[in-house]
Amino acid sequence: MTSTTGTTGTPGTYAPKPGAAPLPRMIAAQAALETKMLLRNGEQLLLTVVIPTLLLVLFSAVDIVDTGEGKAVDFLTPGVLALAVMSTAFTGQAIATGFERRYGVLKRLAASPLPRWGLMTAKTLSVLVTEVLQIALLTAIAFALGWSPHGNPFAVLLLLVLGTAAFSGLGLLMAGTLKAEATLAAANLVFLLLLVGGGVIVPLDKFPGAVESALGLLPISALSDGLRDVLQDGAAMPWADLGILAVWSVVGLGAAGRFFRWE
Amino acid sequence: MGTESVVQAVGLVKRYGKKTAVDGLDLDVRAGAVTAVLGPNGAGKTTTIETCEGYRRPDAGEVRVLGLDPVRQAAALRPRIGVMLQSGGVYSGARADEMLRHVAKLHAHPLDVDALIERLGLDSCGRTTYRRLSGGQQQRLALAMAVVGRPDLVFLDEPTAGLDPQARRATWSLVRDLRADGVSVILTTHHMDEAEELADDVAVIDAGKVIAQGSPDELCRGGAENTLRFTGRPGLDVASLLKALPPDSAAAELTPGAYRVSGTVDPQLLATVTSWCAQHGVMPDRISVERHTLEDVFLELTGKELRS
Repeated sequence: MTSTTGTTGTPGTYAPKPGAAPLPRMIAAQAALETKMLLRNGEQLLLTVVIPTLLLVLFSAVDIVDTGEGKAVDFLTPGVLALAVMSTAFTGQAIATGFERRYGVLKRLAASPLPRWGLMTAKTLSVLVTEVLQIALLTAIAFALGWSPHGNPFAVLLLLVLGTAAFSGLGLLMAGTLKAEATLAAANLVFLLLLVGGGVIVPLDKFPGAVESALGLLPISALSDGLRDVLQDGAAMPWADLGILAVWSVVGLGAAGRFFRWE
Repeated sequence: MGTESVVQAVGLVKRYGKKTAVDGLDLDVRAGAVTAVLGPNGAGKTTTIETCEGYRRPDAGEVRVLGLDPVRQAAALRPRIGVMLQSGGVYSGARADEMLRHVAKLHAHPLDVDALIERLGLDSCGRTTYRRLSGGQQQRLALAMAVVGRPDLVFLDEPTAGLDPQARRATWSLVRDLRADGVSVILTTHHMDEAEELADDVAVIDAGKVIAQGSPDELCRGGAENTLRFTGRPGLDVASLLKALPPDSAAAELTPGAYRVSGTVDPQLLATVTSWCAQHGVMPDRISVERHTLEDVFLELTGKELRS
C-alpha cells in the first residue's frame, strides 16, 4: 500500500471522455465474463458436467434401471442431454443470477452503459456456449459407449432451443423473486426431483398412469421424451413435446419479465 | 442553477411504503466541484444519490443529472456517470483486474487499466477472487470501477468507509486529481474531516431534506460562535477590551486570570486582542483559538441523539 499513497497522475489523465462501447462488443464481453465465472465455479461444474457425465457412464455400464428394449446408452443419452440443458439453463443460471442479485452485481451493471436487455442477451449466450460444450462432451462419451442416434438434427436443435428458453425463464423467475439462499436450495431440490421424476434416467412408464400423465407435462419430461422420440426412435417432429416446451417458455419468460426484481 | 449544475433536484420525494426517505429535497450541485453529502444514518443520503443514479423513481419532484432525467433518459446518462455503490457490485468469483478490465470494455474511451490498478494498489490483489479480498481492496476496486469509464460525474457512496489511513489518503488524492481534470464528484461520508479536507461544497441532509449547504468554511463560520482564550493577570479591564473588539464580540473573565473572547474569530480579531494586551502591558499566556469544526456544526444542525 505504501507505494500508492499520494501518487498523482499526469494532469489530464482523468479528463472526461465518456461513451458507451459498441453494443456487440459490450454483449460479447459480458457473455465471455459470465461464461468464465460459470466455468470457474466448482459447484456449477458439478451440476453441469460431473453429474450428467457420471449418470451417463454409470447407468450405461451397470444395469440398475430397466431402460426398456435396446441399448441402455440409446435410452440414457437423450435423457442426459435434457438434464444437461436443465442444469445450465435452469439450476446454474438461477443460482448464479440469484447471487449476482444479492451481491449487487446486477445493480452495478444496471448503472453501466450495458442495457438490461443486453445483459440478458449476454446471459443467454453464456448459457448457449456452456450447453455446446456440455453436448460436445456428453455426445463424445455416448459415442464411445456405443450410442447410435437417429432422427432429424433440426428437430433436436429445436427441442434444445425451446428447452433452454423454458428453463431459462423458470430459472430467472426464481432468481429474480426469491432470496439467494432460497434460490440455491430450491434450484438444487428441483434439479434432484426432476432428475428422478422427469424421465431422465427412469422411464416415465415406471410411474402409475395418472402420475405419469402429470409428470409428462413437466418441461424436463417434454425435453427428454422429445429427444428420445427423435434420437432413439427416429421420430420426425415431436410436436406434442415441442408444444409443451413452447407453453413453458412463454409462461416462464413472461413471468420472469413481469416479476424479476433487480435488487 | 443553469448549465453550471450537474445535479438539480427540486422537491424530491421518495417513499418506501409508509416511510418517507426523502421529503421534498432541493439540491443543486455545481459542475467541476467535489460535493460532500453529509447526514446521520437514515437521513436519506443514499436514497438521494440512488435517485440521481436512476435506481429510484421519485414519487414527486424533479431531478436532472447532467440535464437528463435519470430514469427516462437512462441510456444517455449511464455512460456519462461513474457509480460506486456502498458495497458489492462484483462477481464473487471474479479477480479485481478481471472485473475492472470488464467494466473498461463497456466504455468507449476507458482509462489505462494497468495505470489505474497501480495507482490504487490493486496489483496487491493478485489472482485473489473478489469474495476473498480485504474490505479495503474491495472498496478500492469499486472506486476504480466508478472512474475507469472517464465519466463527467462520479457518485461515490461512502468511498472511504472501513479504509486504513493510507488507503483513505490514496482515495482522497484520486478525488483531487479527478476534480483537477474537470470531473464533478459527489460523495457521501460520515467522516467530517474527509468533507473538510476534500469538499468544495457540503450539503447536510437530515430527515430527507437539505438543511444546510455551502463550503465547509461558510458552514463553520455561520451558526455557532468561535472562541479565543488567553490567561493574564487577574482583574483586567474587560470593558475596555470589549470596546476594542468588533460589535458582535463578547469578552469575559471566566475565573480570575482566565479570559474568553467570543465572536467571529479571524486573524483581525486575534491581532486586536494581542495589541490591546500590548497596550495594557499584559502577556497573554496560553492564547488559543477554538474554531468550530464541521463536526461541531454538523452535530448542532442534526442534534446529538443516536439515529437508527
